[in-house]
Amino acid sequence: MLSALMFIPCAGAFFVLILPRRHDAAIKTTALAAALGAFCVALLLVAGFDAASERMQFVELHPWMGDAGITYYLGLDGLSLPLVVLAAFFTPLCILACWDDVKRHVKEFMVCLLLLETAMLGVFVSLDLFLFYVFWEAMLIPMCLMIGIWGNPDRRVYAAMKFFLYTMVGSVLMLVAMLYLYVLHHAATGVFTFNILQLHETLLPRETQLWLFSAFCLAFAIKVPVFPLHTWLPDAHTEAPTAGSVLLAAVLLKMGAYGFLRLSLPLFPNAAVDYGAMLFAVLGVAGILYGAWVCMVQKDLKRLIAFSSVSHMGFIMLGISAMTITTLQGAVLQMINHGLSTGALFLLAGMLYERRHTRMIADFGGLFKVMPVFGAIFLVVSLSSMGLPGLNGFVGEFLILMGSFARFKILTVIAASGIIFAAAYMLWMFQRVMYGAITDSANEGVRDISRRELWVILPVVICIVWIGLYPKPFLKISEPTVIKLVQHIEHKYRLNVAQEAIKVTGLQFPVDSYFNRPLSTGN
Amino acid sequence: MALHEYIWLVPLFPALCALVNGLVGARLPRLVVGVSASCAVAASAVMSTLIFFEVVSLPPAQRILADVVICRWLDAGSLQIEVGFLIDPLSILMMLVVTWVGLLVHVYSLSYMRHGPCYNRYFCELNLFVFFMLVLITANNFVMLFFGWEGVGLCSYLLIGFWFEKNSASNAGRKAFVMNRIGDFGFLTGMLIIYFTFGKFGFQEIFSAAPSSLVYGGSAVTAITICLFLGAIGKSAQIPLYTWLPDAMEGPSPVSALIHAATMVTAGVYMIVRCNVLYLMAPVSLLVVAIVGACTALFAATIALTQFDIKRVLAFSTISHLGFMFMACGCGAFTVGVFHLMTHAFFKSLLFLCAGNIMHALNGELDMRRMGGLGSIMPATCIVFIIGTLSLAGIPPFAGFFSKDEILYSVFSSTHSLWPSSGTVLWCIGFITAMLSALYMFRAMFMIFFGKDRTVNKAELCLNERSACVWAPLWLLAAASIAGGWVGAPWFPALNFFSHWLAPVTEQGRLLIASQGSREAVSSIHHSILFEHIFAAGSVLVALAGIGMAWLFYMRRPDLPDRCTRFLGPVYFLMRDRYRVDELYRFMVVHPLELFAKKVLWKVCDDILIDGAVNGVARLALRCGVLARRMQTGLMQHYALAMLAGMTLLIIYFMAFT
Repeated sequence: MLSALMFIPCAGAFFVLILPRRHDAAIKTTALAAALGAFCVALLLVAGFDAASERMQFVELHPWMGDAGITYYLGLDGLSLPLVVLAAFFTPLCILACWDDVKRHVKEFMVCLLLLETAMLGVFVSLDLFLFYVFWEAMLIPMCLMIGIWGNPDRRVYAAMKFFLYTMVGSVLMLVAMLYLYVLHHAATGVFTFNILQLHETLLPRETQLWLFSAFCLAFAIKVPVFPLHTWLPDAHTEAPTAGSVLLAAVLLKMGAYGFLRLSLPLFPNAAVDYGAMLFAVLGVAGILYGAWVCMVQKDLKRLIAFSSVSHMGFIMLGISAMTITTLQGAVLQMINHGLSTGALFLLAGMLYERRHTRMIADFGGLFKVMPVFGAIFLVVSLSSMGLPGLNGFVGEFLILMGSFARFKILTVIAASGIIFAAAYMLWMFQRVMYGAITDSANEGVRDISRRELWVILPVVICIVWIGLYPKPFLKISEPTVIKLVQHIEHKYRLNVAQEAIKVTGLQFPVDSYFNRPLSTGN
Repeated sequence: MALHEYIWLVPLFPALCALVNGLVGARLPRLVVGVSASCAVAASAVMSTLIFFEVVSLPPAQRILADVVICRWLDAGSLQIEVGFLIDPLSILMMLVVTWVGLLVHVYSLSYMRHGPCYNRYFCELNLFVFFMLVLITANNFVMLFFGWEGVGLCSYLLIGFWFEKNSASNAGRKAFVMNRIGDFGFLTGMLIIYFTFGKFGFQEIFSAAPSSLVYGGSAVTAITICLFLGAIGKSAQIPLYTWLPDAMEGPSPVSALIHAATMVTAGVYMIVRCNVLYLMAPVSLLVVAIVGACTALFAATIALTQFDIKRVLAFSTISHLGFMFMACGCGAFTVGVFHLMTHAFFKSLLFLCAGNIMHALNGELDMRRMGGLGSIMPATCIVFIIGTLSLAGIPPFAGFFSKDEILYSVFSSTHSLWPSSGTVLWCIGFITAMLSALYMFRAMFMIFFGKDRTVNKAELCLNERSACVWAPLWLLAAASIAGGWVGAPWFPALNFFSHWLAPVTEQGRLLIASQGSREAVSSIHHSILFEHIFAAGSVLVALAGIGMAWLFYMRRPDLPDRCTRFLGPVYFLMRDRYRVDELYRFMVVHPLELFAKKVLWKVCDDILIDGAVNGVARLALRCGVLARRMQTGLMQHYALAMLAGMTLLIIYFMAFT
């Protein structure tokens, strides 16, 4: 099932590739069909998913490179399912969104898009570290091509290179750390394996953890992006074509956060709890404020949305750092929320760009009069982005703030002040684009949202409202997995502390009695 | 099943109507849109009245009903939030005020907005506002209250900026929202501490647990109440976050009447009364509330005195009266605060609707210097305006008299545990403010309806006083502005329905705290009936003095204001320019922040530091590459030389270290 999910877009790409170049419509239709097919499979997965279980589901395990312990191992749990659905949800929308937008090399564009989808899905469903890395890197290529070829002519190469290099630096270090972890695991157990779930059980000394944690986290932090490693993001977002920006914001950024949850925290709990938590909480909060403040002075619509991403992802980092059930659930939900609202914002910015061929906020103004339907949708999405209760953004931020307060009091209060600035920059942007009288005559004839565009944006808006009004079913999916994750971190953290204590004192004593309260899981 | 269990219908009607009008309203005839919106609010009004009658038939002790829980909204770890409604005398009273005033404003809008564009958007947003407001006041937990709290802020933003093509309107809307968000940040922080201390959000659970689990006057309860009060400061336009309300007058007049006078801005007062248990446990916060309220009342009244824009006068008057309500709450007189909230809702929305009439009659003219003598042209408006003014000024037997006198009396007889002479000082401020409010309101009345006709721009046929949609709401509100206060008249025990009605809510806190043996944050002295009468006479006299001054200045000797102005000079200009607080904020907060973001964060931090480092690394790699390339000269001698050098070094190394 998961293989089908992953390779339907890939097969679609193949079909697109063999279609003759002149049949634009056929190419687009094929690509859309493939993306929709993958989305249907994703829906089947949701239907078949047992939300009460914390176990990996739809598991596929085949030997691949046997001796090296590399397997083809796929599975889905409450952490990856929402992200898989998100990726499968946004790809068809992107194809539909750039239906008339992309005029050059349509065929190659669609191939890139579909391959990108395969890679994104692959990252989320891989349970083998090697496989994970393959997809992680594979995703880079189509994305980079999309920015570099279909981006804005002025700075697209710079942006693509910056994106590529930034990401590469992180991933190369992660590769080294991965291999080292693989070797350490072998040294401890005598088994060569890249199986993530098995690696989760490895106990490592604190110093080793710290080094490996740093290497993994660098890769993920660049991807998230965590302040101050975010400077690739505004460039990449701004220069990319609409579809690229949307996928970048909605899905690719989530890979970083997903990496933290799937790998960094459970693999290196001691480093994460003792060092990482504070560091990433501070950086997260810095990102929230930094992103929001810089947003306030942006002149470029897409750049503004990009910086708002930095701000939103800061909330997710804060949630991940606090490592409680509430915050982690909030963080997982916030990943979806950010995907929906920022994705929608980029879609809307793309629609504006299609009409006016500019991204400068000052070139717009007074559009509400000529495009009321678009304006209403834009308003809902902007409100969702600034976390208005009743829309999705609020739920995630609220969970994260409520949960983090017990752990980081001052930081959480500072983070909460982000809601002021979010309102300030979002409404300021909205006002300059939509309100006021029409000053530029080019804005007079702008047509309202078309039927196709409505099909693109409405599903997103419906999800935005749905999560905002009734988030319970969404939280239910991730709940068991998150509880298991928290328990795992706690358990492994204590085991490690106990082991180090044994090493230091040379005394043997039972782990349980070392702590005041019993461990949450048996050992 | 009892009727009150269908309380969710009350907010549901306007919500559904807003949804329908928002989605397909553009294709419906205007009449259908407007009438359906009004009917939805009417249905809510009827429903809340029925619930009121159901509850009023119960004995007072049973009037706080069990929460009506609809469903679990959210479930994450230990955080559980439900959708539930709280039915008690306070929420019922607020429901009555919101739905009935809301209904009248809707009906008035049918006529008022008739000629403008975006009829359906207007009614959709107005209905949405009523929905959020009803959620706010019927919520049984802080999160749902916050949902309504932010929701009304959103509707206020949308309706202030209703004429979005005017830059001043959209600026005002944004300013209102951002200012409110500053308050909401406080509210959110308060919720953080509440969740941290109690682990839940339900009102009943928290209030019954508070006296035992919080320390009287401790830092936790003080922090919670101060943070929540910050929210109230934003929402109810108190110092220092009041500057959005005068600008909010850019919205249509019915909106000002409903949102910026009668309902939304009073949400802060409602919230404090709702949390009276917590406030009674935090003497510091109570004192802060009282002082902020008193200062705002006086401060805004002085500004109102010098404004020429009729709606601005009313706006500052609203700020001042909200200050009165907070002052009452800060002195522990929660019932009286809510009483004034109710009467103020009647007379102030009446005055705003009158202002709407005047604007229509004068083609949107707002400057009172270009009015005058309108009494003969629009007699009906003139009469109801006078009723509203008398009520606001506090002349018996109008509604405002009873609530204002009650506030002054309860402030005077209260003693704060931290500041024993608080009652007298605050009363002095209140007393002066009472005089000023009579003065500025009568000044406005004289300038608009009496004296010489100074109008320059009269609309031909816009005098729509005759339309039933206009006069019915005006006269009903006028009637309420007269009789609305009688329910709370303190001297007739049979009539003093109001304080008995709210007693279950406000006494709950005192009883709970007393049961824990804590001190009282505020105590009140009981005076004799005779003293109360004399006191009331004093209130009336001061109001009459204000009226007399207004008459002297604006009817008898119209040259006096100018001479006063010259005499006061800069002080007058400062007051007229609203003490330049807006400019101060812009200069002190907005500009520095923008500059910091632009110059320091974005340009220096992002472009120079981080990107500089990134690009620098890239350049370094490139340089290294270039350097390495230079070494590949292709000349045999160079390679041989390098080899020789390397080998020499190796030999030296081995000889030295092994």
